[in-house]
Amino acid sequence: MTDELPGTDVAGADAHPAAGEPLLRIVGVAKTFGTFRAVDGVSLEIKAGEFFALLGPSGCGKTTLLRMLAGFEAPDEGRILLGGKDIAQALPHQRPINMMFQNYALFPHLSVRDNIAFGLKRANMARADIATRVAEMVALVKLEGLEKRKPDQLSGGQRQRVALARALARRPQLLLLDEPLAALDKKLRESTQVELMELQRRLGMTFIIVTHDQEEAMTMADRIGVMKSGKLAQVASPRELYEAPRSRWIAEFVGDINLFDAESRLRDGHRLVIGTRDAGALVVAEPREPVGEGKFSVAIRPEKVKLSRRGPVAEAGHETAINRLDGVIADVCYLGGTTTYKVKLDTGGMLQASVANTARLDVDAYSLSQHVVAWFTPDDCMVLPS
Amino acid sequence: MSARRIFARPARFAAIAPYVWMLLFFLVPFGFVLKISLSQTAIAQPPYEPVFDLTAGWTAIRSAFAALSLDNFKLIGSDDLYVFAYLRSLTVAVTATALLLLIGYPIAYGMARLPKRWQAVAMVLVIVPFWTSFLIRIYAWINILQHDGLLNQILLALHLVSAPVVWLSTDTAMYVGIVYSYLPFMILPLYATLAKMERALEEAASDLGAPPWQVFWLVTFPLSLPGVGAGVLLCFIPIVGEFVIPDLLAGSNSLMIGQTLWLEFFTNKDWPVASAAAITLLVVLLLPLLLYERLQRRQLEEQ
Repeated sequence: MTDELPGTDVAGADAHPAAGEPLLRIVGVAKTFGTFRAVDGVSLEIKAGEFFALLGPSGCGKTTLLRMLAGFEAPDEGRILLGGKDIAQALPHQRPINMMFQNYALFPHLSVRDNIAFGLKRANMARADIATRVAEMVALVKLEGLEKRKPDQLSGGQRQRVALARALARRPQLLLLDEPLAALDKKLRESTQVELMELQRRLGMTFIIVTHDQEEAMTMADRIGVMKSGKLAQVASPRELYEAPRSRWIAEFVGDINLFDAESRLRDGHRLVIGTRDAGALVVAEPREPVGEGKFSVAIRPEKVKLSRRGPVAEAGHETAINRLDGVIADVCYLGGTTTYKVKLDTGGMLQASVANTARLDVDAYSLSQHVVAWFTPDDCMVLPS
Repeated sequence: MSARRIFARPARFAAIAPYVWMLLFFLVPFGFVLKISLSQTAIAQPPYEPVFDLTAGWTAIRSAFAALSLDNFKLIGSDDLYVFAYLRSLTVAVTATALLLLIGYPIAYGMARLPKRWQAVAMVLVIVPFWTSFLIRIYAWINILQHDGLLNQILLALHLVSAPVVWLSTDTAMYVGIVYSYLPFMILPLYATLAKMERALEEAASDLGAPPWQVFWLVTFPLSLPGVGAGVLLCFIPIVGEFVIPDLLAGSNSLMIGQTLWLEFFTNKDWPVASAAAITLLVVLLLPLLLYERLQRRQLEEQ
């Protein structure tokens, strides 16, 4: 079986799936270490040309899943189909998949050029072709003039580029990136994120990135798979993940959120009126998936909460079912672009509101102990099972 | 700078302490040996002349200096006995070091790949033989290798041989003894290098299409070279000067330089020739060391 794999085929073009077929199909994959079930029955399909992010806290199994795709771990259960072929038990060097390692894993005894050429030589590429490809890769990641340097003569950002060039050189069908930007400082990380996205689009390659940084995943990925305790909790686009998380845990993991535990509910047309202990009765839009019998919460993102000195004026002829909560500013956190206020509600709870600082001289900024009205629309509320 | 000011600062003293040590315990004795190597043997106490007598006055010391000569070195260079002893020492050291590397590398590699808690156990197993006296362990080997020893008994019992094999007083026995005694010195530096090597490097190589044997030759082995160098030096240098193991386990038809030294010194009472042989040995040993050092410095400069 493994003999048929295009592992040494540098171009790797023959195993591309038919149109519409996913490039990669992960079916019921599981991996246990001792008694710890690191990956617990994950199924996932990834289309060719997609930028997919595996997001989750440390220990959620995302790295183990990635290592099974690379071949460093063999799954105990399930199948991994690449272009229709099961590669679950194939060895790493037999797979048309390359990986960019977290700490880059550059060969310290080899120059930049030899690091990039390493995979090409293993594929028995002709010398002239190797030279051409290496030059192409060096230009792609803008490392001209550094070909003869050893990895320890490079800066962190340069090393990251060598690692990327080395992983891309074989033109893999699938590129795996294990926390590729974790070692870079914030500014460099942000610019590199953009470069990676441009590169992926230009090459039309399929990327799977593993990260614990939700902003990074949201910035770069077309789709995000959130993992928790070895399982995929939700697979969705960044917007869907943020605006329609499937559970309270995901909502809390991806961005900030205000949560109020529900105590009662009442139907009012296509709205629900939900009684909460900390925020009183809240009017929310009927959720797409009906709320089950179990416990649930009302959730609202801080930037959806508006603050004003007086309550909002209802527009004439418009159905007004706005949630308005009175409270006192308990904490002010100025972040530059936005200011986060914590409002102590008269009903007892705390509500976080994130307000954009749209003017440089904001005479209207709220100060501690000031009385405010916090308000938000029913559509901005989410109903999440606990 | 006065001595008081030097010693007033512990940090400075710490910095010069190794040099003081070297001066007292290496350079001064070395000076004595060098001086003796340039002297002539004599039936006297001490058994060589001239003897420097600082109380005898300036002229006496000058004439003592004039009496020094390189005759002993000429003798060592021209007498086959010494030349062969050096050659044999080098041959034995090269062969034994190669054997040690071949045996020690897989062991060190295996140790470095064990789960963390087993690595400590393996390390203890490697070191534990050191807790028994070296001589006792060599005598144990004599017991095992002798005519009616354990090895021959086993071979006879398994019908692998029909008559006892002569093991003792052969080169085989000597190599067994040397490899056995020096194995930890080869394993430990190799293990240290291999254990701290980033596993991701090997994974990266295999990810880039290298089958396991290429991963080893292209990544693991080149990156373990500092450990190989340290292990080879730690074994090679003392083996060249080895005296006890060849004396107890090898035959007496050809001697290593350590044994020759012993003979000159204790049997022939020829201190000057023994000293000259020791100094020649030192030079022979220093050469590979200097070479290694230059190689390392070049590597550093490249970086």
